[in-house]
Amino acid sequence: MTFALKIKNLSKSFVMHILNDKKINALFDLNFEINKCEIVGLTGKSGSGKSTLIKCIYRTYLTTSGQIIYNSEKFGEIDLVTADDNEVLTLRRSEITYCSQFLKVIPRVSAVDVVGESLVVRGSSWEFARERSREYLSQLGLAEELWDAYPSTFSGGEQQRINVARAIIAKPNFLLIDEPTASLDQKTKDVVIDMIVQLKQEGTSVLCISHDQYTIEKMTDRVIELKEGKIVSVPII
Amino acid sequence: MENRNWLLKVEGLTKIYGEPGKNTLHHTGPLYHTNQCPETGAIVACADINFTLYPGEVLGIVGESGSGKSTVVKLLYFDFEATSGNAWLNEYNHGKTNLLNESNQRKRYLRHHKMGMVYQNPRDGLNFEFSSGGNIAEKLLMAGNFHVGNIRKRASGLLTATEVPVARMDDTPLSFSGGMQQRVQISKAIANNPPLLFLDEVTTGLDVSVQAKVLDMIRRLQQELNIAMIVVSHDLSVIRMLTDRTIVMKDGRIVEKGLTDQILQDPQNTYTQLLVSSLL
Repeated sequence: MTFALKIKNLSKSFVMHILNDKKINALFDLNFEINKCEIVGLTGKSGSGKSTLIKCIYRTYLTTSGQIIYNSEKFGEIDLVTADDNEVLTLRRSEITYCSQFLKVIPRVSAVDVVGESLVVRGSSWEFARERSREYLSQLGLAEELWDAYPSTFSGGEQQRINVARAIIAKPNFLLIDEPTASLDQKTKDVVIDMIVQLKQEGTSVLCISHDQYTIEKMTDRVIELKEGKIVSVPII
Repeated sequence: MENRNWLLKVEGLTKIYGEPGKNTLHHTGPLYHTNQCPETGAIVACADINFTLYPGEVLGIVGESGSGKSTVVKLLYFDFEATSGNAWLNEYNHGKTNLLNESNQRKRYLRHHKMGMVYQNPRDGLNFEFSSGGNIAEKLLMAGNFHVGNIRKRASGLLTATEVPVARMDDTPLSFSGGMQQRVQISKAIANNPPLLFLDEVTTGLDVSVQAKVLDMIRRLQQELNIAMIVVSHDLSVIRMLTDRTIVMKDGRIVEKGLTDQILQDPQNTYTQLLVSSLL
């Protein structure tokens, strides 16, 4: 089977110069692979390094040592640790999407546009993007009167719907997603799970952080568990 | 990766005021916490600045006042003459000519056809004795558009795009509010559809609601026109909102560069960490 992502000897530590060079070791020598069209769950207690790992892959954090080999459509096999900034930006625009735990968006942009923007950066027209955006918001059950409002004023669950819609609307090759079903009701949770499984069927590989047993069981092909920055087990579901 | 279509390449850009000695560059910069040479007193406004800008990309330059961030864009816009360094624009002689060594006449051509500049103070970018439409016309005339009807049409289109009432096109910017003046300045800067726009602290000094409007407008224009920008600001929220990549400057040198979210969430340099932790 072809791989989507190969992590080799990845370690990450933070050095805080303003705290007398205090060093925090977050990830230790991680090794694992994700295959194409596979959904891998990432679990572990808070502070175990799940988000740190995802941010290292997305280059929001700089990896201290090791390799992150990504199998790119555009560049072929590329090490995300050493790729230059412009290559990473290109991949972010066209192949790799990161959906953080909480919605962080530019203020004063409507819900429809926040979601549609993901398509516009990939070259769609605003007209097409807004139309698709409304379809997703409708499937996720966001009240229609909120579509033209600003998400910063929304409830947690409403923001989460925007967050998920924005990440999956563009059908990325690789999706990094942090707690996609948190603060959602059961029905919406199932919609989100179905949407992500649908993406996988269309060719997306997914690394998904979740604490929710239901989501893990229904959605993922296997699980990687982190404990204090190390992989403890790789059980097959 | 040389073949990727870059827009602007800058190498070793340096500006020194006064008489530099042979140790001037070695004894200034962030390690010495100063940009003044201890031997000759020369001021190193910026030194050894290297970066590449790609089409449609937004690059931020952040740093405290005196760090040299404005100097970088003013050198590239030929407001000051660089002491040394190279700058190439892909759209000018296929990127083979160092812009900084060109004649003044060629520099004026580059300014009027290939670049736009928006200054912190509207008085630096606009002539307050001309009407706002006249200011835009000036830029269009410089680029060889002489048809009055076309000029007026373009000017009113630009003012509409930047949300300045077209009815006030024949008024001088003197009678405008600060936010409106800034929007006229932006209209003028983008009048010739330049591939490259410099924005130097454009929202500093505006009150928050006006600042928000100007930033929203810059973001919208950037998306619509896909224009590459260099945004100079001391304000990390402006940098976060507008830019893809960021350069951090201190005492005239680049101390860190990276993707904007990385600079904000995992800064490596001591000064950047201090800067980010100072964010309210």
